[in-house]
Amino acid sequence: MAGLDKVVKTYDEAMAGFKDNMTVMVGGFGLCGIPEGLIKKMYDMNVKGLTCISNNAGVDGFGLGILLERNQIKTMIGSYVGENALFEKQFLSGEMKVILTPQGTLAEKIRAGGAGIPGFYTATGYGTPIAEGKEVKVFNGRPYILEEAFYADFALVKAWKADRYGNLVFRKTAMNFNPMMATAGKITVAEVEEIVEPGELDPEHIHTPGIYVQRVIKGKFEKRIEQRTVRK
Amino acid sequence: MGLSREQIAQRIAKEMRDGYYVNLGIGIPTLVANYIPKGMQVMLQSENGLLGMGEFPTDDKVDPDLINAGKQTVTAVTGAAFFSSAESFAMIRGGHVDLTVLGAFEVDQDGCIASWMIPGKLIKGMGGAMDLVAGAANIVVAMAHSNKGESKILTKCKMPLTGVNCIKKVVTDLAVMEIHDGAFHLIERAPGISVEEIKSLTEGKLIIPANVPEMSF
Repeated sequence: MAGLDKVVKTYDEAMAGFKDNMTVMVGGFGLCGIPEGLIKKMYDMNVKGLTCISNNAGVDGFGLGILLERNQIKTMIGSYVGENALFEKQFLSGEMKVILTPQGTLAEKIRAGGAGIPGFYTATGYGTPIAEGKEVKVFNGRPYILEEAFYADFALVKAWKADRYGNLVFRKTAMNFNPMMATAGKITVAEVEEIVEPGELDPEHIHTPGIYVQRVIKGKFEKRIEQRTVRK
Repeated sequence: MGLSREQIAQRIAKEMRDGYYVNLGIGIPTLVANYIPKGMQVMLQSENGLLGMGEFPTDDKVDPDLINAGKQTVTAVTGAAFFSSAESFAMIRGGHVDLTVLGAFEVDQDGCIASWMIPGKLIKGMGGAMDLVAGAANIVVAMAHSNKGESKILTKCKMPLTGVNCIKKVVTDLAVMEIHDGAFHLIERAPGISVEEIKSLTEGKLIIPANVPEMSF
């Protein structure tokens, strides 16, 4: 890795500098578009006290769910969590703090963090429990609440293809939170299915420009399906 | 008696218009997709980053990278588009979705809705529901009129709120109602259901016109 070349060969290199008590953003919606190998590396490293920002918390035994086995997550920030028994147990016992955030607000807080916007107003959640303690401002006769940006020490994203400069392309609904998270991490690690040479990705069709990405690693993905639903 | 889940969905489908962009929540709302009138062009928006959600795939076409907001595998129709979650909620919050259908535990006469949390029992999170009710002008709620004899059409919601002063139309197993000026207004009743029965299961203020037609399908 030198100059603009972001490619690393090992997960040790990919996660170098990742420590206890860090804030980490993890891409994905459910199990779709999750950086499987990077999550596994966090598990292997056994880092503790993490603040984890991700839309969901995986399932028992897969995705972010595996970090619960070793009580690695101190605070979970997401919009829909608790699809696993271990999660519910740690939440209810107080071992883990959970901050439930509306999905759109979560997406925008992350986008804002990467874009230099420290706070923004949204109507989402006004008058509900999540508005508690938040500043209110009226625009055009309607109340909005002030939400602040999210930042992370590490952002772990999953992309379909990357070139060596870290330009990323995502596939279908596996895109979800990954592009915004890529911008909001101090160190962004992209785990991808395929790495190509600079110039092989069409510049008109780059989803995330390489400026946001610090490390690129090629991974192998199980791509587990949460609810396989078919028609006859 | 009252409507089945399928029939509630069927009635809500009548709110569709040609060329609409529609977001359907999980539960009864997803069934609405099965009743889109023939010949009508409608695009379904899925909050996880898809405009143009299609039906479930056949076994050989299952793609783990293509799911809906309920995490089920789906297909994308011709003319679909994929985008990020920030883009998806900009679409939703910015009021670009023509019709939003979602479920609820409770709705009150001021148009407040409770749909995401049952204290002590269900605290999994709100997902995109708060954004959907905050961003949409045209929201239809699909819900049960009552639960075990207790009205869910209330003067004031008891459960934690999803949104305030935002619901204008509700379709239950018993009735279609509109909400404005601090009251429910009875528009239609389910086939075979009397006005008295609806009134007895409605806690909130209910304005009843002289004639309340039966729903047609």
